[in-house]
Amino acid sequence: MEFSELIETSKVDHVLLSRPFLQPVKGTLCVTSHHLLLSSRAGDKEELWLLIRNIDGIEKRSAGSSGIITIKCKDLCVMSLEIPGMEECLNIAKSIEALSSLESTSHMYPFFYRPKQLNLLEGWDLFTPEEQFTKLSVHTDNWRLSYVNKEFAVCTTYPDAVIVHKCIDDAAIKMVAGFRQGGRFPVFSYYHKKTKMIIMRSSQPLTGANGKRCKEDEHFLAAVIQPDKKGYIIDTRSIQAAHQAKVKGGGFESKTNYHNWKRLHRPIARGRVLQESLIKLVDACNDQSNSIDRWLSKLETSKWLTHLKTVLTTACMAAQCVDREGASVLIHGSEGRDTTLQLTSLAQIILDPDCRTISGFQALIEREWLQAGHPFQLRCASSAYSHAKLKQEAPVFLIFLDCCWQMSCQFPCSFQFNEQFLITLFEHAYASCFGTFLCNNEKERFTLNVKEQTISIWARMNSPSERKHYVNPLYERNNFTIWPSVAPQSLQLWQGLFLRWIRTPEHQNEAWEQIKHIVELGSRKANPSSTELSVLKEDYAAN
Amino acid sequence: MEHITTPKVEQVKLLDRLTSKKPAVGTLYLTATHLIYVESSPELRRETWILHHHISAIEKLPLTSTGCPLLIHCKNFRVTHFVICRERDCHDVYSSLLKLSQPVLFEELYAFSYNPKQNEMDRGMGWKMLDIREEFQRMGVPNEYWEQTDVNEGYETCNTYSTFLCVPKGTSKPIIVGSSKFRSRGRFPVLSYFFKENSAAICRCSQPLSGFSARCVEDEQMLQAINKANPGSSFMYVVDTRPKLNAMANRAAGKGYENEDHYSNIRFQFIGIENIHVMRNSLQKLLEVCELKAPSMSEFLTGLENSGWLRHIKTVMDAGAFLAKAVAEENASVLVHCSDGWDRTVQVCSLAALLLDSYYRSIKGFMVLVEKEWISMGHKFSQRCGHLEGDPKEVSPVFTQFIECTWHLMEQFPCAFEFNERYLLEIHDHVFSCQFGNFIGNCQKERQELKLQEKTYSLWPFLLEKQYLYQNPLYKSNAVNIVLKPNTAPFNFKFWCGMYNRFDKGMQPRQSVLDCLHVSMKQKIELEETVTGLNQKLTQQDQSQSGATFILPMKISIEDDSSQSQVLGVPQDYMEEQQILLANGTEELIETISDGNQERDNVTDSSFSHQSTLNNIDCLGLVKLNVQVDEGSHQISQDTIEK
Repeated sequence: MEFSELIETSKVDHVLLSRPFLQPVKGTLCVTSHHLLLSSRAGDKEELWLLIRNIDGIEKRSAGSSGIITIKCKDLCVMSLEIPGMEECLNIAKSIEALSSLESTSHMYPFFYRPKQLNLLEGWDLFTPEEQFTKLSVHTDNWRLSYVNKEFAVCTTYPDAVIVHKCIDDAAIKMVAGFRQGGRFPVFSYYHKKTKMIIMRSSQPLTGANGKRCKEDEHFLAAVIQPDKKGYIIDTRSIQAAHQAKVKGGGFESKTNYHNWKRLHRPIARGRVLQESLIKLVDACNDQSNSIDRWLSKLETSKWLTHLKTVLTTACMAAQCVDREGASVLIHGSEGRDTTLQLTSLAQIILDPDCRTISGFQALIEREWLQAGHPFQLRCASSAYSHAKLKQEAPVFLIFLDCCWQMSCQFPCSFQFNEQFLITLFEHAYASCFGTFLCNNEKERFTLNVKEQTISIWARMNSPSERKHYVNPLYERNNFTIWPSVAPQSLQLWQGLFLRWIRTPEHQNEAWEQIKHIVELGSRKANPSSTELSVLKEDYAAN
Repeated sequence: MEHITTPKVEQVKLLDRLTSKKPAVGTLYLTATHLIYVESSPELRRETWILHHHISAIEKLPLTSTGCPLLIHCKNFRVTHFVICRERDCHDVYSSLLKLSQPVLFEELYAFSYNPKQNEMDRGMGWKMLDIREEFQRMGVPNEYWEQTDVNEGYETCNTYSTFLCVPKGTSKPIIVGSSKFRSRGRFPVLSYFFKENSAAICRCSQPLSGFSARCVEDEQMLQAINKANPGSSFMYVVDTRPKLNAMANRAAGKGYENEDHYSNIRFQFIGIENIHVMRNSLQKLLEVCELKAPSMSEFLTGLENSGWLRHIKTVMDAGAFLAKAVAEENASVLVHCSDGWDRTVQVCSLAALLLDSYYRSIKGFMVLVEKEWISMGHKFSQRCGHLEGDPKEVSPVFTQFIECTWHLMEQFPCAFEFNERYLLEIHDHVFSCQFGNFIGNCQKERQELKLQEKTYSLWPFLLEKQYLYQNPLYKSNAVNIVLKPNTAPFNFKFWCGMYNRFDKGMQPRQSVLDCLHVSMKQKIELEETVTGLNQKLTQQDQSQSGATFILPMKISIEDDSSQSQVLGVPQDYMEEQQILLANGTEELIETISDGNQERDNVTDSSFSHQSTLNNIDCLGLVKLNVQVDEGSHQISQDTIEK
């Protein structure tokens, strides 16, 4: 396919660009295969370099002889282009629409992006199941690394290596996989050193209306916990929904067949409900009317904070089971690729200080989201502005990031990364020049050679020049469990993300600069007095 | 003491209203000034001190199987839920508190018995610390446009104003007196703030007694004089902070607002801030929302919206911003009034001053602002705060709203204020505590009659002494002369958890950025002191040239881990949390995990150092903290120190 076929007009002069916080600028607009460029040709600098993939929706209208295109981006930015001549305007709009709706993954920009400084191989092998297993085996030998899913033969949405209990052999795993939706058999997710308890995740069991059973599944789950102990299954659906799922062949673990597991139903919003919540929230944030009542009412009806509270509460509960109850936990919903992952990853952030470091958090994203098969490409196909018919979009990952941000507000010194780090992940999950968030699972990434032909975002984010933007100056490792408050009074709108194009960040940035400055002066490393101190000490020694 | 029949009750439970944690058990004491609760648990012995004056309502709930519940609501938004075993004891405590919390005479207020063991001279100095005359001089008044008038000597012209007042230069006494007769309660237009940069001014007064058609030449001349005092503008704004409907209704009572036809070159503007009764009810609704047990997000947000509280805050803020803009950008003077000019007018004028002048954003400057706009100009603190038994309809959170507006500005401009949130809370506490004389009474005249300066202490020097506690480490002192232009879009107004749920520690951030920064600053100071010390020694050594052995200063190494305080919280009951959401669920949902998680964890409570300021500050050793628990001073401190 030739991109040029989709580009009706590749260049227009005298286009006026208006963006948040910046002066409008007039220049030449170019449409390329992956970018929208605008240059005023003053000093050869590009005024706009917008990834077309980032465009969520466009609106066009005429204003006199020229046409105006409003571009709404997935990163929530809204900008407008005033293009002389209606026909040119329509051509540009048509080109943008065609280019931004390309479905073929291998035509996406990450396959073409080749910056000089970054290496294709870097970042891809940072966080492997093997490495995770090595860390685990220091503490327990109850688990083994299984390659039963080699070439994705048993479960298409799992990676080729998974950690399973040593009591279950590969043959049994295959039987269990057959009894779980999408073949997502229960796998190891997290080991809590303090209580030696674990968190596992899976998809729903396929009990169906007739209450089908699978001996291997029952045996496996029974073997995971000691006979005198109880485990908790956290089902992210309501009990009604779980019952209804039986009709379609799904179901849940019944008390009689899994007698040492206690099932808890904690319904968490997903799919369309969640997507609509995001759309309403962003709409509320963009509402220019000046009434508090209207704002609060829209904030309430969006239900975003409600969903957030539910997810965070349930994750806390899972963590509580492991840490305070000394019980192991199995988490699943239906497919186990969305709400399940929110809970397993948030529980780890609560419990494990490693996950609150920059590299630990990246490892967490790799393990619990990318390798665990969260369908990023489907879920992040469109963001809050798209007029396209909703398919499988849902801001599952964004809710997770928001929960992390809420926790970082309550524990401002316990996270090594800052708000910008989370915002960057949000941006790249929706549109990126890196390959990390492409595709829906490891199998797809393997098929398309993503790891060979695109650059990993971790390579960029971990480069020294970039990494410094993501460090929280207040960070001081906190080895304890962090229990956030989930009271409505304690949760707030993530202004840094949802109002990032509406409220100028200058005062907040200024504050962070000050914080950084103070912390640096307080630490011996950066304070000029420190150098002086060591010189003086030497002087003493010399005397 | 005659009100106290049962000074001590044992085996009193203190319920944590947010979690289903096992309640603490302890002993409740009633003293002349405080209710003190001491937990029996030997390792904690945690104390809760509640000043009687802080109590706004006491509820005795119906007897339960565990005892008789006593619910105490405080003016600083603490809500304490005790359960007393014997109904009789509960009743005694209840009726004692009822009397103790509502003194009848000013002389019964705490300030008249409070003795911080300060000598007479210091006390006198304390009262003279802030001088309104000096403040006007700082603003550049008197000058060619404004001068002081002695028209209110002996409170003859207006008994709710102070005696130090400024008016346009050359305004004759008959004009002032004439104008004052045409203004509600004689509160004629006076200077509130003079903006040096362009000579525009903010003036304040009460509503004119215009009725439907009345005019007053002197009042018209007065406004003309104000307009003339600002050569930079051909017009001035007259801002009526009330809703138009209220102002019109006042006309029927012979009051009202300025007719633009009668006053030359004025631009008249309504702002629409509601009256004290609306505000009181709004706060009541807000507090009901804050006290909901485990509300859902929707219940909370809907409740917040229905309370109207943030809407009122925004209106006040909008008004302040309007004034500041008129003065700074349009070079126009503004005359502000409401009905009597002692509630909405004060809020708006002081907020505008805060925006216009960075001095007021300093610790001392904020005191000056409160002193100048609120205390000396007759905001009726005693009535609005309900210091004494009296008409509950006079009580209204006018000052609380001003404090909240200031907080919103601090949130929006984190580097623009020298003080931090604690400072606001401390001042807010003391407005109600009556521990110091500053806020007692309703106007200067009344204060003079009460001889407050002779009989009580001033709060300000005590705050200044502790000012290291109130420092905002992010403050950029070089950012002077910057007029703040707040964004007043709705999303900037959020619920102030640190105020209204301040005593629900579980809801507050578990780590405090402020404390971390204070620790960093302390390290910086120590580091620099060490270097200075070493340098001195080295110099001495060089001079002596003796080559004798030296002893290194003690503090040569500053351990980086001095602030390594670990943080941990007790989880709230997340199971419980969810159950309420799913009340319609099946029994499957109901089984909770045993309450092992609710046990108090020693490690946990003692390691809250990021949260507890004073622990950290104490170890800063910057200034020795003067906590005198015996006298029951420093309300905040006692609560924060958790041993």
